Amino acid sequence: MDQTNKYTHTSYLENEGRFKGILSWLLSTDHKRIGLLYMNTIIVFFLVAAVLGLLMRIEKMAPGADIMDAQTYNGVFTIHGIIMIFIIVIPGLAAVFGNFFLPIMIGAKDVAFPKLNLLSWYIYVIGAIMGVLSQFVGGGAPDTGWTFYVPYSAESATNVLFALTAAFILGFSSILTGLNFIVTIHRMRAPGMGWFKMPLFPWSLYATAWIQVLATPIIGITLLLVIAERTLNIGFFDPALGGDPLLFQHLFWIYSHPAVYVMILPAMGVVTEIFPTFSQKPVFGYTAIAISSLAIALVGYFVWGHHMFTSGISYWSRWFFSFLTFIVAVPSAIKVFNWVSTMYGGSIDLKPPLLYAISFIFLFMIGGFTGLALGSLATNVHLHDTSFVVAHFHYIIFGGMGFAFFAGIHYWFPKMYGRMYNIKLANIAWGILFVGFNVLYFPLFIIGLQGMPRRYFDYLPQFETGHFVSSIGAFILFAGLILMLYNLVRSRRKGPWATANPWKGVTLEWQIESPPTHENFETIPEIKHPPYLFKKEND
Amino acid sequence: MFDGASNLAQGVDNAFFFIFAVAFVFIVGITAFMIYIVVKYKRSKGKPAMQFSRNIKLEVIWTVIPLILVILMFYYGWVGFAPMRKVPKDALEITAIGRMWEWEFDYGDGKVAKELVIPVNKPVRLNLKSEDVNHSLFIPAFRVKEDVVPGYDNYLWFTPYYIGDYEILCTEYCGLLHSSMVSKTRVLAEEEYEDWLANLEATGDIPDPEGLVLLRETGCLACHSLDGSKLVGPSFKGVYNSERVVVDSNEEITIVADEEYLKRSIYEPDEQLVKGFNKGLMQSYEGTVTGEEADLMIDYLKELE
Ligand code: HEM
Ligand SMILES: [Cu+2]
Ligand SMILES: [Cu+2]
Repeated sequence: MDQTNKYTHTSYLENEGRFKGILSWLLSTDHKRIGLLYMNTIIVFFLVAAVLGLLMRIEKMAPGADIMDAQTYNGVFTIHGIIMIFIIVIPGLAAVFGNFFLPIMIGAKDVAFPKLNLLSWYIYVIGAIMGVLSQFVGGGAPDTGWTFYVPYSAESATNVLFALTAAFILGFSSILTGLNFIVTIHRMRAPGMGWFKMPLFPWSLYATAWIQVLATPIIGITLLLVIAERTLNIGFFDPALGGDPLLFQHLFWIYSHPAVYVMILPAMGVVTEIFPTFSQKPVFGYTAIAISSLAIALVGYFVWGHHMFTSGISYWSRWFFSFLTFIVAVPSAIKVFNWVSTMYGGSIDLKPPLLYAISFIFLFMIGGFTGLALGSLATNVHLHDTSFVVAHFHYIIFGGMGFAFFAGIHYWFPKMYGRMYNIKLANIAWGILFVGFNVLYFPLFIIGLQGMPRRYFDYLPQFETGHFVSSIGAFILFAGLILMLYNLVRSRRKGPWATANPWKGVTLEWQIESPPTHENFETIPEIKHPPYLFKKEND
Repeated sequence: MFDGASNLAQGVDNAFFFIFAVAFVFIVGITAFMIYIVVKYKRSKGKPAMQFSRNIKLEVIWTVIPLILVILMFYYGWVGFAPMRKVPKDALEITAIGRMWEWEFDYGDGKVAKELVIPVNKPVRLNLKSEDVNHSLFIPAFRVKEDVVPGYDNYLWFTPYYIGDYEILCTEYCGLLHSSMVSKTRVLAEEEYEDWLANLEATGDIPDPEGLVLLRETGCLACHSLDGSKLVGPSFKGVYNSERVVVDSNEEITIVADEEYLKRSIYEPDEQLVKGFNKGLMQSYEGTVTGEEADLMIDYLKELE
């Protein structure tokens, strides 16, 4: 990598303004600092939830109780799911890289409402703390699963109220971030940057933001109704009080299915930035990718019923939801073809970000095709709520969103910190992670097909081998995670200085200093070209 | 696992086969192609990147082909699924009850069992009832699963093809012992099944007496409790042959609530009103409750000590 000397400008990492030390971060309205606040919070929570995942895997290494009892296991998968979904993947890429890079990529000095942005982070932290508290106060750690299905969640004696409130509060943060991004994209693009001159990561954030703003209130109200049900005994969902348990499932998935796209769309956006840079070639099918983001966001609203195929909904509902689920798969397939074609004929530099991006495609394909097996009516009956589903969503969320996050962090790291990580170590960590990931989750497809249900503390003897192999994978994966994080954390302070544009990227973030100044741009650039124009020279 | 243990297995497995075959071709093909690209176009001096960025023909092709493939997948899924909702009329009906954390199978007449015992080659319909939270009845070998939701009349059906034992699992999380909520299906030869059923002792709940069912369905229980508590009207508990103070044309008299009195209370409730209750609250059930039904109701009241 290019070695260089320390930068001479004043970057956003240096203090400027009234506050010093930690306060200069906690009270900063700079979108870059807020992005890092989110990132550090998310990494801490991710480690906690990953350890919980590892504990579950250790428990399931052999049949019977090994290191915990059934109640503990149920609590662990619940908080693992709540942290991973509500605290990590839903804010995830948008809050971290969206905050940091959206304004820069559209040539703005900040988001539209910087103070609101900071407030969103505080709301997020309060929600996250509520989630943590739910483990320690009241009637024991919640044991409902992150889906809070009624009647169980209305009746469980554990501290479900705290967990519901946590999810409710986190939803607000998500709405506010979405709102902020929509306005930012509408109002703050640099002069000359028409919609179709905007890079594709901002495009994906735009589609995401609309989902956040329009879908999140539904889960908010739904959770509130469950809270009312638990505290005031009003029967909305619990049949014992005269409610309708399926109504809850509908409302829950009307939000939570689109929420899946809240996490995967920005992930797609991140890798869409990475392929052109490491191929030195424009994105293939720019318009198709931009439009398919919106198409996914739109059609994604009408497929929630595929989570309820076996719940007793009517024949034609099942038909309709299944059909639409298949249709919404097409834009994702198109994106895969576009990414591959972006690399085709390029000048490929297989650096860690590209490694992660390519493995993203691989894992996302496995997650996507197994998703089709879940979307098909006949096969869904067999697979629903088995460990096949667990494997499927880990491939999509962890293999997709997670690997895209890792890709993004390795891509933008030199920009964010002005330093480079150890590339060799990053490659090794990637290899361990990738192998560990597949050893961990692939067996779950197989035992799921054989009938192993999910959320099972214990299992029948025929599933032992699969569970054992999976648990071994968890250890490998964990080792990879630690190595990757070690490399990054260490390089923040100790890595060699990086140049402003180490990967030869062409989007705006690579045209400014590393790390960026407080203002990002001295003068707002004027945009004359489409976003992915690489010069033909190439050495 | 692909042994087609029920009539529904083939349809499900066909859909599996088609989806997984397409998936395999695409995943392996695209992955191999990506590896090829990375090797072939590895960055080196004097090998500049091409700069094309669109090709309408290709984009149309790779929109249309996936579209056709997913519609085919949908179609296979639908074809495998459709028979699951068409229960034959002659299916053997059994009620499957899910409760935290066990299964129970009700064969009627108070005959209940903890395992599902059924005759081979006969269609079986399971009516799914939950006594508490959601559960889901899953028999992997038969490719059947349907949630057991309180307040909903869900069902599933299948015809088992082979004699043998098959696992029943709960696949909707239901709390502490969710993973122990397992049972077994025992598929027997027809005669063995008949023997088994004949020998099954009636230990379960005997169906409710007809009188009680009538009281419930007519709506009497909305105002009269069975446990002695006072609702809109006096409780039914112990009413038969008890002494009551009633108001008969503004006069308080004491009577014994015998059959005749009870019957009159159904048809002319305001004639002799129990002291402490108001006129006009109960309508006459003349024309709604037949004499025969009234007798059944009163038979039931006699047993309510
Ligand atoms: C560190 C690696 C991880 C391990 C070892 C792991 C392991 C597990 C295990 C064993 C379960 C329980 C499955 C069951 O009981 O049937 C589970 C559930 C789950 N995991 Fe993970 N996981 C990991 C990472 C992730 C990530 C990165 C995400 C999302 C970003 C995630 C999201 C979920 C969700 C949503 C559930 C479902 C919880 C529920 O059923 O309520 N996991 N995971
Ligand atoms: Cu969904
Ligand atoms: Cu269960």
